[in-house]
Amino acid sequence: MNFDIPLLAIFASTVTAATPLIYAALGETVVEKAGVLNLGIEGMMLVGAVAGFAATLATGSPVIGFIAAACAGVLMSLVFAVLTLSLQANQVATGLALTLFGIGLSAFVGHDFAGTPIAGLKKLPIPFLSDIPVLGKLLFSYDAMVYGSILLFIAVQWFLVKSYAGLKIRAIGESPTVAHEVGHPVIWIRYCAVMFGGATAGIAGAYLSLVQTPMWVEGMTAGKGWIALALVVFGTWKPLRVVLGAYLFGGVTVMQLFAQGFGLGIPSEFLSMLPYVATIVVLVIICRDPKTILLNQPLSLGKSFHPGS
Amino acid sequence: MLNMFKLERRPVPSSMMKIASPLIAAFAMLLTGIVIFTALGKPPQQAFYVFFIKPVENIYGVGELLLKASPLLLCALGLAIGFRANVWNIGAEGQLTMGAIASGGVALWLGDTSVAWGLPLMLLAGALGGMAWAAIPAFLRNRFNTSEILVTLMLVYIAQLFLSFLVHGPWRDPQGFNFPQSKTFADAYLIPLLVEGTRTNWSFVLGLLLAIASWIFSSQTFAGYRMQVAGLAPAAATYAGFSIKRNVWVALMISGATAGLAGMCEVAGPIGQLQAQISPGYGFAAIIVAWIGRLHPIGIVFGSLLMSLLYLGGESAQMQMALPSAITGLFQGLLLFYLLAADLFITFRLKRVHTPHASNLSMPVNPSAATKGAV
Repeated sequence: MNFDIPLLAIFASTVTAATPLIYAALGETVVEKAGVLNLGIEGMMLVGAVAGFAATLATGSPVIGFIAAACAGVLMSLVFAVLTLSLQANQVATGLALTLFGIGLSAFVGHDFAGTPIAGLKKLPIPFLSDIPVLGKLLFSYDAMVYGSILLFIAVQWFLVKSYAGLKIRAIGESPTVAHEVGHPVIWIRYCAVMFGGATAGIAGAYLSLVQTPMWVEGMTAGKGWIALALVVFGTWKPLRVVLGAYLFGGVTVMQLFAQGFGLGIPSEFLSMLPYVATIVVLVIICRDPKTILLNQPLSLGKSFHPGS
Repeated sequence: MLNMFKLERRPVPSSMMKIASPLIAAFAMLLTGIVIFTALGKPPQQAFYVFFIKPVENIYGVGELLLKASPLLLCALGLAIGFRANVWNIGAEGQLTMGAIASGGVALWLGDTSVAWGLPLMLLAGALGGMAWAAIPAFLRNRFNTSEILVTLMLVYIAQLFLSFLVHGPWRDPQGFNFPQSKTFADAYLIPLLVEGTRTNWSFVLGLLLAIASWIFSSQTFAGYRMQVAGLAPAAATYAGFSIKRNVWVALMISGATAGLAGMCEVAGPIGQLQAQISPGYGFAAIIVAWIGRLHPIGIVFGSLLMSLLYLGGESAQMQMALPSAITGLFQGLLLFYLLAADLFITFRLKRVHTPHASNLSMPVNPSAATKGAV
């Protein structure tokens, strides 16, 4: 009789666990479509998490918190953009630097916030729809950022596939040289893509510190930024698959948490390993066939472009 | 201002800038540090003294500097060999953890005995533990084309959870008041001290020996040459028939071994037992060390000392000025940023443009400078 309650709870937790991954991975999809590999998601998420937390603590408004997080993410991504796009620095090294810097900066700034509780973002059940039995609880009783992640997916999907600007981004990701010859401002468009990725990563981080926990814990992303990067590969740079992958990962995370709760006799550390093991397994499955990557990966991904030479 | 200069590719990369760039980066980091300290309301001179001078004022402090530099040096030497060949092992932290587990396992198995081959066996176990962990990404990349960046990184979390399981469960010291830590190792299984009155041990000497070995490998052996070509000119390497797969194996085995040794040196050195946390991110900081040391053994020795000083400075600032020790991570990131920015001038140079209309003229040639203004 009570069978549906844990299932409902598992489903709802899966959605909550997947939401930050959706934001971060969709942003990175756009960045990579433009041919830029930003390995700094983890760092941008952490800075977003601490900025969002600080702003919410100061103003009492999670909305301002999320805006602050997005701005912080954009600022972080601008550092990356200036170094890699204007100064031709190696994208892999710069992305790593961004993550290391983000870990340090967020720990430094967040030192005083550690352990402070916060109200967090309230649930926003959609009127009428949420009153439908079962389905209402299942689909229409989340916080605003969950609905936002779905809207973001629709927007990114439309933007990349249908819009002219999206077409330009994809063209630049395939061949910046040709796009430059045709007259598109390659560097400027890449700047925009990178900043978009920064904003979504910042929001993803703030979702952790404002909704999931909700508090600031040093290094609270625990590899989620890297998992988001893996999701982009897993989704073969297609928004829909990226989102489905995020839900799959949310599911794995939640299942292992529930399994820990049930006490199956498996040490909790081994269950905690599952999301990371799943990331590796998923990468193996997708990358096994070199053609999958060759056909889907933006051709200029990770390569510097200097129009003058 | 920016429009008065224009970036121009150098005909030949500047070898002078290659050496100057880390120094410029370190200097820029210092300046930023002074700005940060001032912004936090700390007198800059005092902060500078507490952060960079006080930790190494006496022999004990210098010993600490060498002690903390050792794991950084060991990890970075291995990583640099991979980076030169475009193999991106960024999970040295995980290999370090597995090396610590393997050598710690040997020490716990030997218990209170004191056999002469114990310490050598632990060294071997540490290296093998790191290599075994690095073999996973090597195999997966060669067999299934997975990115070693993501796989090595995921394995960091898995290794740390495994260590946590061991010290919470089977390897926990029964007399340890439930703390998540193993029994302390017998004295025979600790690395002997190098200088009495300090904590520094032979691990730094091991690092220096491996730096020499790494220099010989890179500059004197054919295997090292193949890897260098693969990094600098992948197409040429393929044309010459150099196997990329072999490079991946060599790079990951070497970096896994050195990271494993670093883990062994930590648990058989200053820590003396297995704990839930054995490294404050040495494996990640070593990436910066490899870079700031120009992927060259001599540079890496100096880089590891600088990075070690940042760790000591962070601790000192925490104790003396109530600043969070996380400031170390901040400085680490800044250092790498400045280095990457300064590296631009290895391949490019600034050229002054004299004609008044030059800024407009230079725009189509160099839109990157123009967009910078727009942003």
